[in-house]
Amino acid sequence: MFDLFGFLNSKPTSKNVAKDRLKLVLVHDRSNCSPELLELLRRDILTSISEHVDYDPKDLDIKITRTKDSASGKPVLVASIPLKNLKR
Amino acid sequence: MGESIVITSGKGGVGKTTTTANIGAALAMEGKKVVVIDADIGLRNLDLVLGLENRIVYDIVDVVTGVCRIKQALIKDKRFDNLYLLPAAQTKDKNAVNPEQMKDLIMDLKKTHDFVIVDCPAGIEQGFKNAISGADRAIVVTTPEISAVRDADRIIGLLEAAEIHDPLLIVNRLRIDMARRGDMMNVEDIEDILAIDLIGVVPDDEEVVMSTNRGEPAVFKENSLSGMAFRNVSKRLIGESVPFMEFDVQESFFNKLKRALSFGK
Repeated sequence: MFDLFGFLNSKPTSKNVAKDRLKLVLVHDRSNCSPELLELLRRDILTSISEHVDYDPKDLDIKITRTKDSASGKPVLVASIPLKNLKR
Repeated sequence: MGESIVITSGKGGVGKTTTTANIGAALAMEGKKVVVIDADIGLRNLDLVLGLENRIVYDIVDVVTGVCRIKQALIKDKRFDNLYLLPAAQTKDKNAVNPEQMKDLIMDLKKTHDFVIVDCPAGIEQGFKNAISGADRAIVVTTPEISAVRDADRIIGLLEAAEIHDPLLIVNRLRIDMARRGDMMNVEDIEDILAIDLIGVVPDDEEVVMSTNRGEPAVFKENSLSGMAFRNVSKRLIGESVPFMEFDVQESFFNKLKRALSFGK
């Protein structure tokens, strides 16, 4: 109602809230996997890569999703892990 | 040999029946020979939306159980000679038909029609399984609400499991004003989440309510926005490339002021 100065508060638009909630719930819908399993996967992936590379824990994203390219429609485990520097 | 397309959504009330009626009618307007099948046994409605409810003698269950021949059950549309309806049974339940029977029925109809469009019931149980058996392609209808999009996602997975590949998406009842304000998910948001190809965007339109009241699909209305959207879907289905409509709705003064003040946030 008094949203004339809406730009002053940084509340996200309701569609972005909807989108984020949907994405989260679909991860579980699609994979049939429990949040615990996802957490286990996440921990193991990070432990094993941390032996070789430094990653940035801030922006990492590990999820189960479906991509347009995967013709099979099977869920895909996607891990986007920003690396700081490669040790070698 | 024609092509069979199932119109499905998972969630109820997103406009499957309206979509079926309009796409069927629009394809008939394009000169195609079309049959629309109401697969929602026990909750028949496609007849009402098409204004053919008074002409029903036999229904789909009569056909599959051999009470009558297909030709006897098909109802010719009032406006188009090349549009037919195969109504659902109203007094039976979803188990009155099985997927094998549906497959055979659709196979038969494809021999004599260019398009067989199946209106799928809501849900993912027997009625859904019946409706998708025999479908060459699928159109998934959703509205920009989280519950509808979530159910659409589930349906896409089930279609894939049933080996109906590359379903097409219709975003129905888009409130252009709300989407523009960021108060409703827009088409890109939904495409991004569902990751299937878009075949139509249908704006929320009072015309649909009025035309359904009269039993005349909105595609018959020259100047109806939703009618045009459905006509475009049917054109895309027959391989024409039609650009997606630009929804340029006049913004209210208040909104303009608000946007101006928020420096194009």
